[in-house]
Amino acid sequence: MVPISYYLVLSAILFSLGVVGFLIKRNLITLFMSIELMLNAVNLAFVAFAWQWKSLNGQVFVFFVMVVAAAEAAVGLAIIIAVFRTRETLNVDRVNLLKL
Amino acid sequence: MPQNYVPIFIFIAVVAILIPLTLGIAKLVRPEKPEKAKLMPYECGVDPIGDSRQRYTVRFYIVAILFVIFDVETIFLFPWAVLYKALAWFGFIEMMIFLTILIVGYVWVWKKGALEWI
Amino acid sequence: MIQAVDYIRVLPEIVLTLFGVAIMMVEGALPPRASRKPLGWLAFVGTLAALAATVYQAGYPGMAFFGMVRVDSFSIFFHFLIAFIAALVVLSSFEYLDAQQIRGGEYYGLILFGAVGMVLMSSAVELVLIFIALEISSISTYVLAGFRRRAPSSIESSIKYFLLGSFATAFFLYGVALIFGATGSTRIYMIAETIQGGKHSAMVFTAVALMFVGIGFKIAAAPFHVWTPDVYEGAPAPVVGLMSTAPKAAAFAVLLRIFFAAATPGWFWPVWISAALSMTLGNISALVQDNVKRLLAYSSIAHAGYLLVAFAAARDIGISAAMFYTAAYALMNVGAFAVVSHFASAGERYVTLEDYAGLGRRSPVLAATLTIFLLSLIGIPITGGFFAKFYVFSAALKSNLVWLVIIAVVNSAIAAYYYLRIIVLMYMRDAREPAPTVQNVSAPLGVALALTVAATIYLGVLPGRVLDYASRGAALLVR
Repeated sequence: MVPISYYLVLSAILFSLGVVGFLIKRNLITLFMSIELMLNAVNLAFVAFAWQWKSLNGQVFVFFVMVVAAAEAAVGLAIIIAVFRTRETLNVDRVNLLKL
Repeated sequence: MPQNYVPIFIFIAVVAILIPLTLGIAKLVRPEKPEKAKLMPYECGVDPIGDSRQRYTVRFYIVAILFVIFDVETIFLFPWAVLYKALAWFGFIEMMIFLTILIVGYVWVWKKGALEWI
Repeated sequence: MIQAVDYIRVLPEIVLTLFGVAIMMVEGALPPRASRKPLGWLAFVGTLAALAATVYQAGYPGMAFFGMVRVDSFSIFFHFLIAFIAALVVLSSFEYLDAQQIRGGEYYGLILFGAVGMVLMSSAVELVLIFIALEISSISTYVLAGFRRRAPSSIESSIKYFLLGSFATAFFLYGVALIFGATGSTRIYMIAETIQGGKHSAMVFTAVALMFVGIGFKIAAAPFHVWTPDVYEGAPAPVVGLMSTAPKAAAFAVLLRIFFAAATPGWFWPVWISAALSMTLGNISALVQDNVKRLLAYSSIAHAGYLLVAFAAARDIGISAAMFYTAAYALMNVGAFAVVSHFASAGERYVTLEDYAGLGRRSPVLAATLTIFLLSLIGIPITGGFFAKFYVFSAALKSNLVWLVIIAVVNSAIAAYYYLRIIVLMYMRDAREPAPTVQNVSAPLGVALALTVAATIYLGVLPGRVLDYASRGAALLVR
C-alpha cells in the first residue's frame, strides 16, 4: 500500500517543475506545456485526495479539469498561431512590442 | 501477487494471436497495387524522414485543435452512460442540452469553413 | 433532487447562454459581407434579458443544484452589476468595431459567454464550479483581447493575458485541491464548518496562499499585476472596459466569499501587504505613463489596492464597503474606456496623453464626460468614487487599520496628480498640429456614456440605496 503522501509529494514536484519551466523557458509552446503539467499535477492531487477521503468527487473534478485544459489548449494554440503569423517567431523575448 | 497478472498474460496472448491473424487475412484478401504515394507512411503528404522540426501547413493545427475539443468533451458521456438508469430522464435531458451546445459549436465551425481543406 | 426553482436560480446564466448560442448560429448563417450590427443588438437584448432574469430571480433566494449555487442579495448585486456592464460594453462596441473594421459577430457572442462565467462566479459556492466559471470568463476574454487580429499589439496582449492567466488559474486550482485534501469538501459552507472546528493545518494555509495568488492575478493586485499594463494597452479599448471591471467584480465576489464566508485563516497579512503594494506601485507607475490605456491600467491596479483595504477591515462593514467600491469603480472605468475607445479612432491611433491636449475646446461634451469619470476615479465629492473611498477608509479606520488608511490617503493624493494632468491637458493646452480628428459620438455610445455618467453621479449623490442593498448582501454572506 502506497501512502498518500507519496502521491502528494509527486504532485508537488510536478507542479514545481511546471512553475520552473514556465519561468525559465522561452518558447511559447513550451510555456504552454508547463502550464498543462501544472494542471496535471493538480489532477494527481485530486485523485489522491479522492482516495484518501473515499469520495468520488475528486475523481469527477479531474474530468472537469481535463475538459477545461483542453478548451484552454485550443484557444491557446490558436493564439500562438496568430502570434506566429504576425511575428514569425515563438520566442517570448521577441514578443515585446508592448514594454514589460 | 502473481495471480493478479493472469489477466494481463491472457491479454498479451490474445493480442499475439489476433494481430497476426487480422493482418494475415487482410493480406490474403486485398488487391495489391503499390505505388509511390501509397507506400508513404502518411498519405496526406508529410515527409516522415528528415528534421522533425520542419514546418508544415497550419491546417493540421486547426484540425488538431478541433479534434482535441470535441474529443475531450465526450469524457462527460462516460459517467452519464455508466449511470444512465439512475439518472433517468433528468440525466438524459441535461445531456441532450450539453450535446446541443456542442453541436451548435460544430455547426458554427462548419459554416465558418474551418473544416474545408482548401 | 433538482426542482424547477433550481433553474430560476441560474436563470441569468441560462438566458445569456441562449443568446450567445443564438448569436453564434446567426453569425454562421449570415453572408460574409453582411453587417454584424444586428448581432450586436441581439447581444444587447440578451444582456437586458439577463438583467430582467436577475430581477425575477431576486424573489427566489436559496441554494440550487445540490448546494453548488447560492442566490442571495450578495450574488444578485453582482449579477446585476455584471449584466449592466456587459450591456454598456455592447453599446460602446458598435462604433468601435466599425472604426477598426472588425467584422465578426463572435465578438458579441464572446462578451455574453464571458458574462455567463462572471455571473456564475458570483453565485457559485463550490470551488470547482468557481474554477470552471473563472475559466469560462477568462477564455472568452483571452480571445476578445486579441480581436484586432491584424494588429500585432493586440495579439501580443492576448498571448500575455492567456499565458499568465492560465498560469495563475493553475495556482488557484492547486489551492482548491489542497483545501479539498485538508477538509474533504469543496463547498464553501462545508469548508467553513470544518475550519471553524479548529483544524488549521499547514495545508489549509498553503491552500489559502495559492488561491490568493490565482484570484490576486484576476483582480490585478500587486505583486501579481505585471501583466495588466501590457494587456490593457494592446487589447481593444471596449474590451479593456469589460475586462478591467466585470471579471474583477466577479473575482472580488469570489474573494469575498472565500475570505468571509469560509473564514479561512491566514488571510490578513497577505491582503494587507498586497493592498499596500498595489496602491503604491500602481499609483507611482501611473505617474510616468504617456499612454492613456497604460495609465488607466496602472490606475486599475491602484484601485484593486483600495478595494483590498476593505478586505483587511472587519467583516460586517468591510464587505458592504467592498461591494459598493466594486460597483462605483466598475461604472466609472467602463465609462472612461468608452471615451478612450471613441477617441482612439481607426487602428487605435490616438491613445497618448498628447492626443488629449485641447480636447476640451474641440469636443466639449466628450471632454466633460471624461472629466466626470476622472474626478470620480480621484474620489471628488458628488461622484461615486468619493463615497466608495469614504466607506472603504472608514471601514478600515473602524477596524483600527490606521497605517493602511494613511498609505491609502497618501496614495489618493498621488493619484490625483495624474488624473488631473489629463484634465489640465484637455482644457488648458492647445491641440498639437495636426490635431486628431474627433468623430461624432454615435447614438449607442452616447446612451452608454449617459448611463455611466448618470450612474456615477447617482452613486455620488444618493449612495444610500445601493449601500443598503450591499449591507443586506453582506449580512447574508457572513451568516
